[in-house]
Amino acid sequence: MKAAAFEYLKPQDVPGAVKALAGSAGDAKPLGGGQSLGPMLNLRLARPKLLVDVSRLEAMRTIEDKGAFWRIGGAVTHSAIEDANLAGCTVMSDVARNIAYRTIRNRGTIGGSLAHADPAADWPLALPALAATIVIAGPAGERSVPAGKFMKGAFATELAEDELVVAVEVPKLSPGARWGYWKFCRKTGEFPEASAAMLMDPERKLARLWVGALDGAPQSLDALAADIAMRGTQAVSETSVSAALDLAVPGQEPVSRRLHVTAVRRAVQKGFN
Amino acid sequence: MSEEHGKPGQGIGARVPRKEDSRHLHGRGQYVSDTVIPGQREVAFLRSPVAHGIIRGIRKPANSEGRVFTRADLAEAKDIVAPSTLPTYKLSGQPPLAHGKVRFVGEPVVMCVARTRAEAEDLCEQVELDIEELPALVDSDVARFEKSNRVHEDWDDNLFLTLSADNGFDALSKKATVVVNREVELSRQAMVPMEGKAVVAYWDERADQLIMYYSTQTPHIVRTGIAQFLGLDEGQVRIIAPDVGGGFGYKVIVHPEELSVAWLAMKYRKPFRWIEDRREHLVSGANARQHHYRLTAYADDKGRLLALDAEITIDGGAYSNWPFTIGLEPGQATGNLPGPYDFQGYRCKTYCVATNKPGFMPYRGVARTGVCFAMELLMDAIARAVDRDPYEVRMENLVRPEQMPYDNVVKKHYDSGNYPAALALAREKFDHSKWAERQKKGEPDGRKIGIGYASYCEQSAHGTSVFATWGLPLVPGYDQSAVKLTPDGGLEVRVGVHSHGQGMETTFAQLAHEILGIDVQKIKITHGDTGTTPYSTGTYASRSIVMAGGATLKACQELIPRIVKIGAFLLGCKEDEARFDKALGVVGPDGRAVELKEICTVWYLRPDRAPLDVDRRGLEVSVSYKPDRDTGAFSYASHAVAVAVDTETGQVEILDYVIAEDCGTLVNPMVVEGQTLGGVAQGIGTAMYEEIQYDANGQPNASTLADYLLPGPTEIPNMRIYHMETPSPYTMYGIKGMGEGGAIAPPAVIFNAVNDALRATGVEVSKTPLTPHRLLEEIERARHQQMPKREAA
Repeated sequence: MKAAAFEYLKPQDVPGAVKALAGSAGDAKPLGGGQSLGPMLNLRLARPKLLVDVSRLEAMRTIEDKGAFWRIGGAVTHSAIEDANLAGCTVMSDVARNIAYRTIRNRGTIGGSLAHADPAADWPLALPALAATIVIAGPAGERSVPAGKFMKGAFATELAEDELVVAVEVPKLSPGARWGYWKFCRKTGEFPEASAAMLMDPERKLARLWVGALDGAPQSLDALAADIAMRGTQAVSETSVSAALDLAVPGQEPVSRRLHVTAVRRAVQKGFN
Repeated sequence: MSEEHGKPGQGIGARVPRKEDSRHLHGRGQYVSDTVIPGQREVAFLRSPVAHGIIRGIRKPANSEGRVFTRADLAEAKDIVAPSTLPTYKLSGQPPLAHGKVRFVGEPVVMCVARTRAEAEDLCEQVELDIEELPALVDSDVARFEKSNRVHEDWDDNLFLTLSADNGFDALSKKATVVVNREVELSRQAMVPMEGKAVVAYWDERADQLIMYYSTQTPHIVRTGIAQFLGLDEGQVRIIAPDVGGGFGYKVIVHPEELSVAWLAMKYRKPFRWIEDRREHLVSGANARQHHYRLTAYADDKGRLLALDAEITIDGGAYSNWPFTIGLEPGQATGNLPGPYDFQGYRCKTYCVATNKPGFMPYRGVARTGVCFAMELLMDAIARAVDRDPYEVRMENLVRPEQMPYDNVVKKHYDSGNYPAALALAREKFDHSKWAERQKKGEPDGRKIGIGYASYCEQSAHGTSVFATWGLPLVPGYDQSAVKLTPDGGLEVRVGVHSHGQGMETTFAQLAHEILGIDVQKIKITHGDTGTTPYSTGTYASRSIVMAGGATLKACQELIPRIVKIGAFLLGCKEDEARFDKALGVVGPDGRAVELKEICTVWYLRPDRAPLDVDRRGLEVSVSYKPDRDTGAFSYASHAVAVAVDTETGQVEILDYVIAEDCGTLVNPMVVEGQTLGGVAQGIGTAMYEEIQYDANGQPNASTLADYLLPGPTEIPNMRIYHMETPSPYTMYGIKGMGEGGAIAPPAVIFNAVNDALRATGVEVSKTPLTPHRLLEEIERARHQQMPKREAA
């Protein structure tokens, strides 16, 4: 399969990219690393008239230390994050390291992954769990959205057609923070069938537990997270996780439920190991 | 490998590095898609979006004359029809482009031509198909009994053919004290060679030939097919197969797309190219492995098998293929199910059913992956029923070395080997007791350890007499090899088989080296071109090294007296005083020698120095060969694995994988190991990953590699391969074929190991692939049933 014909534009800066998107009445798509959009173009599942290549925009390719948090440009590749080992945020490298294969990580970008919003992808799960913020650029300038509110459903996000993910802001973890991330993939490099992420950061009063690879967007298990914050791993059992998932993800078929229960339990276990 | 196995030098048995690897590893291989003919046009096919339907109309876009083609336009092309002499076989003509009906999702209906592939696909999008959908026949168990809804209207049911065997069943089954029933099943998969189908075709005005660059394993038979289906003389067709990136049986068939592109080139006398993409392959090439077995084993208290009753259903898809026909699969299933075991009562009924899926094709291991899976799961089931170690039960049943050669219950003639020794070797190298202890101790992470064994034998290099029984329109006979010494003492070898990854440029050079002593780097193998090679039916059925290799050995041997004649003259001695020495050339009675290179120079460049009575046939010869007894040289192996099963995720990890194999005399142990590794990797795919499911409408659920999982480097364990060498009594140097074997045992051995791991839970899995989902379902089911799911009757 080869893509249907499209125009290609390499804008000079973020406003130029936004302008191009705004000017094409929904027939334009921003192009990051193309690791999802590329195949979709070739399968003719995506048929934009215009591709706006944001992968070379310098403003979106930097990683900056902002004190309490790191600002990572939307066009930063997974492999750049993998190699960065950001102080206070090395967990970002751990997540990045297990995305697909290195060849995909060399091209795929964090902003592209978020905008694509595959329910099983890593960043849409990890960033909410890390209490990160998504920075969006549009015709009116920049706005910020908590990562947990960015993804609206499978392949659906907060982004308007003329908006871009220009950066993510990831708060640094306290020294005593516990982070656990676990996903189940049928084989190396595949999208997971179940995934979960836990952050326990008592100094920052954060207790977060998210579950991913669902039919829709990742879901938070707040009550269970709060219980874990108080009681540690004692709060986690087959029964308690099942009950939490019953509320957050009702109606799962038994095999998926089994996998998600396992994902949550193992993510927590990893956090406390 | 764990133990270096190989002889010094460059001849038979040496671990010569593959000559072809340099170009492949440097990205300099030349495949069909690297071929560019000036002015070539790209072809795309519009494929049926429905599984079963009547074509009511096809509307071409305006002004698409000469760019958009339907079956009606291809007047000169005949339907692909594969006759067979097998009783009950029904003909199924496959049009190059669907005509009247569509019979599977992905069947080519319209052919579009443009400057680029993308534009050709644009044209496809502009064609309007009007198809009246019919209920799809998806389940072979349903289609088998369905009479009113038929894949082929001119049939009275949906059965391609039915085979049966009954040898001594009634008498022996009555003696059994243990009866074990099992049902096992393999899902449908695609062969997924790295390079899909590919063809570039044009008309060479000077040669007055249709030239086709064609990714095929069998250039000569493809030529016959293309000529027949286009009404050309064979002399008007030349097939050139350059580097071929894997075939696995997919490329022994004349496919409708290839015939359609050939027609374009014949009709328009211009170059046209079609390269199958992965999506096309997965959708229209989902054509392998789908078997269903209902088995009853009749055994004694020790687990010795007395008689076997089997009903095999093969989901044949929509069309029989040319030239191997759909009869090959049921024929091999029926004949190979008894495997390496010694028992005398056998009853088997095999139904090959037409369904609305791509037509079944012979995939590496042809039927034997299925029969091995069935038989080896059954062996473990018998062991459970009599409460013995599955290893012991196998030992009880394997054909013993003193019985060789052995005619089995369906009169297959096992030529040689020591089957129990291979199983014992596998167990020893595997270190069974180490794994058994670890299993007993339990894993710190809670995973369950399982141990599995599987044994099989593999008919290789079977010839005329065997293929004739499968009713094919085309039966292999003698293979030819044409060898020619060059003026500087090198050698050219021309054979009609074709390497699609087997390393034949190396192994054939080793065979020639074995006879003539020429450095393998100076031996050039030419294959894959009907214009430059002698006839052979080609490379399939693990036959090339025995057949064309045997011919090469014989041809080289035939040159020796001619070499000696010239050499003796140059040495000034009598012919019978001189002898040929691989290292020295021709050696006289006084020990003086004249090098082979010198002799070649004399024959070609300085005939004035040659004897007057020189052998005028010169230093080139074409010789044909097949083994005198062509019932096959049987390779065999036993595999042993240890797995860890995570019952919370259904994930299976292979912790150790040991293979003890015997393919007769090893030509190149490294190549044998490479073939085995690749085959096992594919077998692991069958066992755990690869599957195309169909919904009730016959829509496939996997059309990209995001949905169709292949094992990758991290899923393939480090295998340990151990060799035995029992030469075949029937072939040159005792060589046996072995290209398919690796792909046969993995599903059997992995499932046996998983069932062993889960024995206490009552879970017994028996359907490929063993996805985590499928395994978890079984585990959940067992949790809710206190009783083990199936127990011996």
